[in-house]
Amino acid sequence: MLNYLITGISLGSIYAIIALGYTMVYGIAKMLNFAHGDVIMVGGYMCFCATTYMNWPVPVGILLAMGVCTVLGIVIERLAYKPLRSAPSLAVLITAIGVSYFLQNAALLIWTSNPKSFSPIVGRGAVQLGELQITHVTLVTIGACFVIMVALTLFTSRTKLGTAMRAVSEDKGAAQLMGINVNTTISTAFAIGSALAAVAGVLLCSAYPMLVPTTGSMPGIKAFTAAVFGGIGSIPGAMLGGILLGIIETFCRAYISMELSDGIVFGVLILVLLVKPAGLLGKQTREKV
Amino acid sequence: MALLEVRDLGISFGGLRAVDEVNIQIEKGALVGLIGPNGAGKTTVFNMLTGVYRPTDGAIRLDGENVVGKKPYEINKMGIARTFQNIRLFGRLSVLDNVMLGFHNDVTYSLPTSLSHLGSYRKKEKQMQAKAMEILKVFDLDGQCDYKAANLPYGKQRKLEIARALATEPKLLLLDEPAAGMNPNETAELMQTIEVVRKQFDVTVLLIEHDMKLVSGICEYLYVLNFGRLLAEGTPSAVLSDPEVITAYLGD
Amino acid sequence: MSMIKNLWKKRRDSVIAFGIVIVAYIAIQIMSMTGSLSYSMKGMLVPICAYIVMAVSLNLTVGILGELSLGHAGFMSVGAFTGIVVTTLLANIVPWDGLRLAIAMVVAAAAAAVVGVIVGVPVLRLSGDYLAIVTLAACEIIKSLVNVLYVGLDGKGLHISLIEQSFALEEGGKMIINGPIGVSGIDKISTFTAGCVLILVTLFVILNLINSRHGRAIMAVRDNKIAADSIGISTTRYKLLAFVISAAFAGMAGTLYAMNYSTVTAAKFDFNLSILVLVFVVLGGLGNIWGSVIAAALLTVLPELLRALNFSDYRMLIYAILLIALMLFNNSALKQRLLERKRAQKSAKTEGEVA
Repeated sequence: MLNYLITGISLGSIYAIIALGYTMVYGIAKMLNFAHGDVIMVGGYMCFCATTYMNWPVPVGILLAMGVCTVLGIVIERLAYKPLRSAPSLAVLITAIGVSYFLQNAALLIWTSNPKSFSPIVGRGAVQLGELQITHVTLVTIGACFVIMVALTLFTSRTKLGTAMRAVSEDKGAAQLMGINVNTTISTAFAIGSALAAVAGVLLCSAYPMLVPTTGSMPGIKAFTAAVFGGIGSIPGAMLGGILLGIIETFCRAYISMELSDGIVFGVLILVLLVKPAGLLGKQTREKV
Repeated sequence: MALLEVRDLGISFGGLRAVDEVNIQIEKGALVGLIGPNGAGKTTVFNMLTGVYRPTDGAIRLDGENVVGKKPYEINKMGIARTFQNIRLFGRLSVLDNVMLGFHNDVTYSLPTSLSHLGSYRKKEKQMQAKAMEILKVFDLDGQCDYKAANLPYGKQRKLEIARALATEPKLLLLDEPAAGMNPNETAELMQTIEVVRKQFDVTVLLIEHDMKLVSGICEYLYVLNFGRLLAEGTPSAVLSDPEVITAYLGD
Repeated sequence: MSMIKNLWKKRRDSVIAFGIVIVAYIAIQIMSMTGSLSYSMKGMLVPICAYIVMAVSLNLTVGILGELSLGHAGFMSVGAFTGIVVTTLLANIVPWDGLRLAIAMVVAAAAAAVVGVIVGVPVLRLSGDYLAIVTLAACEIIKSLVNVLYVGLDGKGLHISLIEQSFALEEGGKMIINGPIGVSGIDKISTFTAGCVLILVTLFVILNLINSRHGRAIMAVRDNKIAADSIGISTTRYKLLAFVISAAFAGMAGTLYAMNYSTVTAAKFDFNLSILVLVFVVLGGLGNIWGSVIAAALLTVLPELLRALNFSDYRMLIYAILLIALMLFNNSALKQRLLERKRAQKSAKTEGEVA
């Protein structure tokens, strides 16, 4: 029971990290970035290549993954999304789907569809606490998630760039009039989101050591669900949503049915949104008549 | 019995009391103005009359029937139609379609008829078009019936909104700042049209304006709202000479 | 008088368009008889028909109603598995394949419509991106449920259970849906002709709907919900109407699609399929029904063409790049300028005619 809870929190932490990235991007660019999940996959492969082919140490692999994904995020935003900033949101959505196809198929060409088995970033050992057994990977995952959340909260509330980001997400036009460089802020959001995706990718592949070009897409969708669940645009919301989602999913897998777990997770999302249409910690807005 | 009876109407948003103890009585066939400075709560009153907001207290009766708690579309079916301060047209539909939609609950045919175009489809569509064209003529919009509503000039959009509301054949027509953004000529013309419409369609009118001079020209009775409360009511000449009303408008 | 002219023009346009579908059908039939159609192309004919019906019906939700749905594949799934069960049940009762398929489609449409109501009533209270993500969730829920659905048929009748197979079939009984393994040994009764008939029926019904009081009400809800409410149109009712009709046609497309393969699993109808269909709708033009038909056909054939042109390794990559490029072009200043030039030429021409 307690073991399942720990597994759930660990899985949830990964969702939370991805959801944090999603929330940053959605809050600012107001777009469903379907390619976000595939950036996770790229991060996973980068770290895999660095540690397996080049035999570099793990921290270097993680940094490489973060670096590559950050650049990738900025490039995607500049090339594919920026020209569409005033276009209808559906056009941006389809472009994001195009980017997602692109990344998946590029990965398919480079790394083929054979699954790569990922060597965990930390030893396979575990800490024993009475009945409870916590693997090192779990500890690192939960710790990383916590550190990232605190850092992001500080960043958005204490730094100048963070304040600018909040301003842009409230009102792009007004922010621009106040002398905020909207393009830089949006790029920053993509950079941070993608770097987080890279971290999530490495952690995801450590916990579930199988890597294929479509690895990122389902966790990406679920993390987005988590972000919506918690209230999109809200950092603590993404964290809460991610962890709750992970716990629900783990318990469903354990006690109800492996096959049905995804269905139940999505069912809970629908229920939450019906009761609280803006998510658990989201702000409700109303159309003025 | 009055057509519209509003008793002790009030609404709070969170802790804010936006409208409080408003009483309004409108006789059938009257043309009444609801005036007051910006933020006095005029549009909020309209929103409660049409079911967009649910009042926290008070009663609204139309022809003796309770209105509070009904959905907006049900209230329209009961006989209240309205226009909006920030124009709300069906922008991607034609001018004609906009008015035909007003007849949606008047000229009807079943879903199977819609899907197959069999049966009474052609007859009913023609009937609806003819009725819509008749109203468009009154507002001098018949020449632009196949324009997209969003492509009409501003003044005509306002007129189209009134035409659409009239198409629902209401007992009571609520106009929210119908002359906003119009030049004096257009305003004068619009006021004339409202007079004509009122007689021709046998409709009672309540209109919001904050330009008092303009309203005093055509309204028979005025209600003045300030900070969500009724400040004064009466004939235009009596209301406009009321010192309290003058202070409310001009400040101390 | 212009309105009566308009009615005629609309009618003429749809006659021409229906004619094009029929001509395309005859052309492809002739090609396939003379053997100038490749084997893989032949195999794609029925799926293309199914995708066209999917795209047209999704356009009703996304283009005409104006609500983004990412769960259209869920209704296709409901239709596919309902259709399979119905055709199996009717295997010995209705000998003629065409009629059996038609009955299966009608039942599938009804089943998908019922699921459409169950999903739509709660979900349509949301809007925008929230609605999108919730429809996606609904699609995944349907996928999960079908994944744990066991349906068997024997002398005693139909057995249904969820999560685990809780029934034993008697001798000679047949397992129809076998949980995550899905369905195998399907009687492949879908044909290209059936697909084209379904396309024509779909187009007929949906185009008629758009030009009717119900269709106008749906578009009014799209353009301005508060205004629609204010003139006596129940927004919830018309949202649901559009959503359910859209679901029903997706159900029929599902039957057509499933009866073209010998095995089908629930995993086939996931959000990727929903998104694929959404791409057809957006590229064909929101609210543009004919655009959906053309986009669905072209974009399904495109990867195959690239394969034929020896790009087979890179075909999906090229597809992705084309998709991005097309979206960027569609919303670019370049396109605006081209359109303006065209418009200017046109008006110059009409002025010339007047003079």
